[in-house]
Amino acid sequence: MATYKFQLNGRAASVESWDPAQPLLYLLRNDARLHGPKFGCGLGQCGACTVLIDGKAVRSCVTPVRQVAGKSVTTIEGLGTPEKPDAMQAAFIAEQASQCGYCTSGMVMAAKSLLAQNPKPTIEQVKQGLAGNLCRCGTHTRIVRAVLRAAGEVA
Amino acid sequence: MVYSRRDLFKTGSVLMVSFALGTRTQAQTATGSDAALGKPVDPTEVDSFLAVHADGSVTVYTGKVDLGTGLRIAIRQMAAEELELPVERVSLVEGDTALTPDQGGTGGSTGLTRGGVEVRQAAATAREALRKMTPADLASGKRFNLKVDPKAPLKDPKTYKVVGQPVLRPEIPFKATGRHPYVQDFTTAGMLHGRVIHPPAAGAKLLSVDEASIRAIPDVRVVRIENFLGVVAKDEWAAVRAARELKASWGEGPALPGSEALDAYVRQGAIDRDEAVVNRGNSATAMAGAAKKLSATYYWPNQGHASLGPSCAVADVRDGGITVWSSVQASHGLRLNLAKIFTTPPAKVRVVYMDGAGCYGGNGNDDVAADAVLLSRAVGSPVRVQWSRQDEHGWDPKGPQQLLDMRAGLDAQGNIAAWEAEMWVPMNKPGGRPLLSIDAAGLAQDHGQGAGLMTQNADPPYAAPHVRVVAHYLKDTPLRPSNLRAPGKIANVFAVEAFTDELAAAAGVDPVEYRLRGLTDPRAIAVIRRTADVFGWQPKTARSQQPGVGRGFAYARYKQAENYVAMAMEVAVDRATGQIQVRRVACAHDCGLIVNPNALRNQVEGLIVQTLSRTIHEEVKFDRARVTSVDWASYPILRFPEAPAIEVALLDHPELPLYGAGEAAAVTVPGALANAIYDATGVRLRRAPFTPERVKAALSSD
Repeated sequence: MATYKFQLNGRAASVESWDPAQPLLYLLRNDARLHGPKFGCGLGQCGACTVLIDGKAVRSCVTPVRQVAGKSVTTIEGLGTPEKPDAMQAAFIAEQASQCGYCTSGMVMAAKSLLAQNPKPTIEQVKQGLAGNLCRCGTHTRIVRAVLRAAGEVA
Repeated sequence: MVYSRRDLFKTGSVLMVSFALGTRTQAQTATGSDAALGKPVDPTEVDSFLAVHADGSVTVYTGKVDLGTGLRIAIRQMAAEELELPVERVSLVEGDTALTPDQGGTGGSTGLTRGGVEVRQAAATAREALRKMTPADLASGKRFNLKVDPKAPLKDPKTYKVVGQPVLRPEIPFKATGRHPYVQDFTTAGMLHGRVIHPPAAGAKLLSVDEASIRAIPDVRVVRIENFLGVVAKDEWAAVRAARELKASWGEGPALPGSEALDAYVRQGAIDRDEAVVNRGNSATAMAGAAKKLSATYYWPNQGHASLGPSCAVADVRDGGITVWSSVQASHGLRLNLAKIFTTPPAKVRVVYMDGAGCYGGNGNDDVAADAVLLSRAVGSPVRVQWSRQDEHGWDPKGPQQLLDMRAGLDAQGNIAAWEAEMWVPMNKPGGRPLLSIDAAGLAQDHGQGAGLMTQNADPPYAAPHVRVVAHYLKDTPLRPSNLRAPGKIANVFAVEAFTDELAAAAGVDPVEYRLRGLTDPRAIAVIRRTADVFGWQPKTARSQQPGVGRGFAYARYKQAENYVAMAMEVAVDRATGQIQVRRVACAHDCGLIVNPNALRNQVEGLIVQTLSRTIHEEVKFDRARVTSVDWASYPILRFPEAPAIEVALLDHPELPLYGAGEAAAVTVPGALANAIYDATGVRLRRAPFTPERVKAALSSD
């Protein structure tokens, strides 16, 4: 068992794994008990597992734990709470931009990363920025509106 | 730390306190209250549907479940209205076989039409009794002890305060913050992680297993039951790796026909029986005498449910009982099926619903529940089985392929004189759908077959004196079929509406005008006019003059008996790449009484986008042995850059019965799209999906 130390939602975290290739997702969900990041494909194709590593959106299902050592990981639990959602989460709630919600965590994290790089995106830039995140329920138009709302571009 | 279900729900209820809608608004919070065990579940009793608490708040119990549709808030609104309570004073428990009445599975858009309506009647029955309850009654946990009165008067819709309001869905703050509990997140004390190893071909025999091949992976146990192969481990990643790396040798399965020329295979397939689904007038004679005759063939492929999260279940088999946590659509149905398969008294089987990723029909949820029961039974501990992406895409039962031949005869004025449709669909067989692992393990089970009401909506909704629709029920269908959202009716309305567009063109009449000519129902006319208005439809008797840009229209009455839906689309077709860009969609939708317009709008928008995905991209590919479209690269779905602007107009009729709205707006999508592509290019696409390769091929052979 090797130990891996990193920052998790602003706190020092230390996890053990028997396999340095173990994807971060499993350690977040099973060891840190953070169920926000979802298992969708294990292939980096859908974005349901998206977290921020040093501020950048990353697919935790294909990120080996050894690559995370010493870095700063933010999961959706590190943003706001149901009572005090952060601006992006509040925008998703206001727009009711969710159906089954299984993609929502990953959408919120990808959208955070998008606005960090481009605080005032156009509709087309939002769509391009989220092109790698899949939603099966077809909530796309609401998600785009939520991101624009968080960017202060719609009331 | 063991994060038990009880803890999970405690956390949920603590979080809820400061949330705007008050305490106990989240389904799972209440589901955790095993204190209610022993309450009645008989659907003739008010106490089966409603429990009143010491503080005067009420819990509603329903066998229907919220699959991301908004049912969770809508049913509470219906109950709150009749009970004259604020909606935040009403909580909801769904789909727990020990606590909720059996109201049938959550399919066919029956969540509100049956689930909500039954709850509403129980609430109407209880209204007076609730008003008369004293604080002492409430404190003592008094029950209603009333039979549901089917004649109990309902509130006058004119006085509705809660129904019809866009109340926000209570779980969205939890979904948006990563706190909403899914079955994938559920854990229980001592739970192990299981994975199944599906064979390389359906029905293949397991010849041998080399357990030494996974010796390096810690704490893994291999479970083999006849041809069922699974692994169980303490650590989830160990289970994942063991399932991937375990060496096993398998025989061959029965050969599949392959997906490439499946339409020809289906046309030649052995027929169990034919049924004249609609037979009005004498279509043969009328066809023979028609001034003009047209015919066309339409094909719809096998499609997967393609849930964003693969199916998952936790089973705990011990002390002669079975408990399963599952996001299955029919928890009562699964309970009885498991009881039968595992020869366990139904009273000792409990299925507890928890949300999963959207399933849109019978996906892998039943199968994975059986996997979990087999593995838990084998190892004596609770086992969580999570299907992989490849399991879900490869092995979930499919919405089956459909082939339709359409023929019409027009009179001298271009009106429909005769209409004939022939369709090839899988035959229905009585009993439950066979579960993969149960067959593999050699246990007895039903081998039923059904994919929903596949044959509706192949007759035109327009005036036609002579109509004949024949269904050919196929003995064999290559992939295990099941219900997939709006079963059968997406393909049927695709054929009807694309073909109607051909008739309008042949008659030289504007497509909207042509449809209106054949309709007298004011609600049908209203959705068509409203859609045309919202879209800005310009009447036309010739194709679009704008190169590569076209507009199409479609209309349907769902099941010929429920929702009225009309849709218009504008599309741009890139002739060089074959890429379709849907620019905008307008839809007017009439489902009678609207319970929650925001949740309804969300459903309609989602149906439009999801069905565009199915129409443009989706086809399950398979070779002679197995499904080969097993991930999001080989089974692509629509992505954000393709999402069109959508304008939905909801037509509300509070005084009329409500229709379920989880399916209807899907059916007009492929017809409106095909018609818009014709308008843009002059080419009729009659075979879905409209992939760039197909579009290019169709344009070059034009």
